[in-house]
Amino acid sequence: MKLQIKNISTAIKDIHIKRLLVIMVLWMIFMGIFRFDKFYTLINFQTMAAQFPEFGLMALGIMLCMISGGIDLSVVGVANFVAIASGQLLKIIAGGAGELNGFEILLVMLFGMAIGLAAGFFNGILVSKVKIPPILATLGSYELFRGIAIILTGGKAVSGLPIKYAETIAGKLFGLIPVQLLFFAAVVLILSYLLNRTTYGIKLYMLGTNATAAMFSGHRTERVLIQTYALSGICAALGGLIMLANYNSARADYGAVYTLQCVLIVVLGGVNPMGGKGRISGTVLAICVLQMLSSGINRFPEISSFYIPLFWGGVLLLVMVLNYYRENKQSQGGHKKAVISKYRIWVRKSG
Amino acid sequence: MAQSVLKVVDIKKSFAGVQALKGVSLEIKAGEIHCLAGENGSGKSTLIKIISGVYTPDEGQIIFGDKVYSKITPIEAIRNGIQVIYQDFSIFPNLSVMENLAFNEELANKRKLVNRKRMKKIAQEALAKINFDVDLNAKVGSLSVASKQLIAICRALMLNARLIIMDEPTTALTRKEVNALFNIILDLKKQGIATLFVSHKLDEVFEISERFTILRNGEKAAEGFTSELDNKKFTYYMTGREFEDKPFVPTNVSEDPVLSVENLSMNGFYENVNFSLHRGEILGITGLLGSGRTELALSLFGIMQADTGTIKIDGEPVKLDSPETAINHGIGYVPEDRLTEGLFLPQSIGDNIIVSELDKLSSRLGIIDRDKKKEEIRQWVDKLSIATPNPDNACSTLSGGNQQRVVLAKWLSRDLKVLVLNGPTMGVDIGSKHDIHQILRRLAEQGLGIIIISDDIPEILTNCSKILIMRNGRISAALTPDEADTQVLARYMM
Repeated sequence: MKLQIKNISTAIKDIHIKRLLVIMVLWMIFMGIFRFDKFYTLINFQTMAAQFPEFGLMALGIMLCMISGGIDLSVVGVANFVAIASGQLLKIIAGGAGELNGFEILLVMLFGMAIGLAAGFFNGILVSKVKIPPILATLGSYELFRGIAIILTGGKAVSGLPIKYAETIAGKLFGLIPVQLLFFAAVVLILSYLLNRTTYGIKLYMLGTNATAAMFSGHRTERVLIQTYALSGICAALGGLIMLANYNSARADYGAVYTLQCVLIVVLGGVNPMGGKGRISGTVLAICVLQMLSSGINRFPEISSFYIPLFWGGVLLLVMVLNYYRENKQSQGGHKKAVISKYRIWVRKSG
Repeated sequence: MAQSVLKVVDIKKSFAGVQALKGVSLEIKAGEIHCLAGENGSGKSTLIKIISGVYTPDEGQIIFGDKVYSKITPIEAIRNGIQVIYQDFSIFPNLSVMENLAFNEELANKRKLVNRKRMKKIAQEALAKINFDVDLNAKVGSLSVASKQLIAICRALMLNARLIIMDEPTTALTRKEVNALFNIILDLKKQGIATLFVSHKLDEVFEISERFTILRNGEKAAEGFTSELDNKKFTYYMTGREFEDKPFVPTNVSEDPVLSVENLSMNGFYENVNFSLHRGEILGITGLLGSGRTELALSLFGIMQADTGTIKIDGEPVKLDSPETAINHGIGYVPEDRLTEGLFLPQSIGDNIIVSELDKLSSRLGIIDRDKKKEEIRQWVDKLSIATPNPDNACSTLSGGNQQRVVLAKWLSRDLKVLVLNGPTMGVDIGSKHDIHQILRRLAEQGLGIIIISDDIPEILTNCSKILIMRNGRISAALTPDEADTQVLARYMM
């Protein structure tokens, strides 16, 4: 328990987390003043909690890859591919009658996660063994997975799924807690344990900080990378399975905006795009903040939802600018220092 | 008496409450070769940055000829003929030699279009000033450190430098390259260009400079003519401590070799290498850069693989195909470049210490035992007296010598049989260097087999019980310290 409190207090000291907390509190006050009755309702919070897990899970996967010093841009491709394949399997299992039991749902989910694992493993091989820069490798594999998904469906949506699936995954536990949230929470707990309490976590942070030194320390860096991309694939697969339930259908082009949105979330949550730094609590907080912002804006009918991307982009750039000024205030000659450190990183990456 | 190019008077500067310079004065005369020495953290770099206009001093004056400034900008420093060549050279590795040399002038003349012919001419003229012969179209990133440095010097000369400040220019150079650099400095002197040479290598200070200034803890510890300085005084001014360098005599040598290398060859790097190392011995390997010494070390650690020959540990032939297998056979390796290969600077000191023994501190499922980890870290911080208030702090908060101790701790915690150190005291100040040597000697006495690969000949001579010299991939001599001295070693190296 003592340890828990220490963890929380060090997390709050993290400037990114502090800032996100401030934004969240200010926004909650703002909503409290202007739309109290519409925002502070059980149903609104339930809706939010059912919406964010699908992209939140993808963001967690990207976070892991970014800590390793890479990125995974294929998450949406994996999610759609998994949703389509699982949707088709559901239809086959349920047959004409549309009957489905709990065991069969579990089986389909395991099937989807296995696809995600395989896709992530594939990414990991490309990045670690073939040594393609992660941004290119996963952009390429995104197109590949999307291509498979289009061929599987002929470009059309997979619909007419057995209703039982959506009822279960998009249902509410005790009529109160959205099941999607439970999946998300479980993944957060597992990942946070992996990052903070296992050798995998230390190896991941070390690899992201300095890949050469990790190699010289006797770490099997290729294996750590493959594990990381595989984990990201599983996260994306769960995101896809939740999307399948939320929309009760699947298509190759669902959630196209999620890719960049997730990258933004991860950076907003304080993960260093250069690798080696970042906390899961920051990412989770960033996910919540963005969900609250977009749901909150929706409570103002006079503001078109077209403004949401504009608003998000603005918030992200603002945070980046704040980061920049903060880093430069820390030391005299800060800009120079930043330039030099960038140069060092360049030197490191180029050999 | 020659006129002074630069004079700084009573400079004070503090950072966040820490007084980095406590009133330092320095005068450099035209055409003089002046050495600025001091340990890490003595304020050398701060002083240079004040002279070059990067930092503004809190108090004091900077005087160029008859112009007196209380603070200057980098542009003013350049206009007054000050040029600094930093350790990382500030050149563009992805551009060609020609572009690196010519683009300043192209920019200064506000040209929008590039004329390759004109650039070529500018670059050739610049190189001719120091008789430096290099392919103009080569990418600078592909050149050796020494060549990069010469290009930086050429660039400095193009801007009509009257004082060139070189920040530890010899750190990454071999002896031959150092000689070439010194010849250029002497040549510049003839042209009336002064050099401020920042170094903490004693032999270089004696060899090249006429006058010296030594800083210690932000104050001037001594200044004067190099001819009046000797080894002992120099060390004392630098550290405020006195050391005695007794040669290492192994006491606890095992009967059988712990490591033996037989007919080891790797195409293009080294061939037919034979040696054996007993527990308790310190074996020194030296040679020029490119003599195959680093590749040999990397083969012992499983990063490069030899083509033929055998490596035996405790008499058993082993196949070392990855760092992991080498570690499992009890071999540790402290890399050449501590910052880029040995440490995770932004991560905590503690994690840096335990990074190679994660398996020892965790269950079979990879779950870390936090109490064990904490205890292990505390133990090593104590054993190697790493100076930190809290091992959770980032490793980058430590000084060079303490960082090197962290790298040592990382390996010692593994209970090794053989420790290979590549340049163990490169860039480490005298006090820490002495301490690191003491640690290594103590480890040898406790029965570890140690291999030191180093350019630093005095280091090899005083600390090793056997010396191998490599030349062009072959062992050109195997000596004991009493039959070797600096000249003998140099003869076998060249």
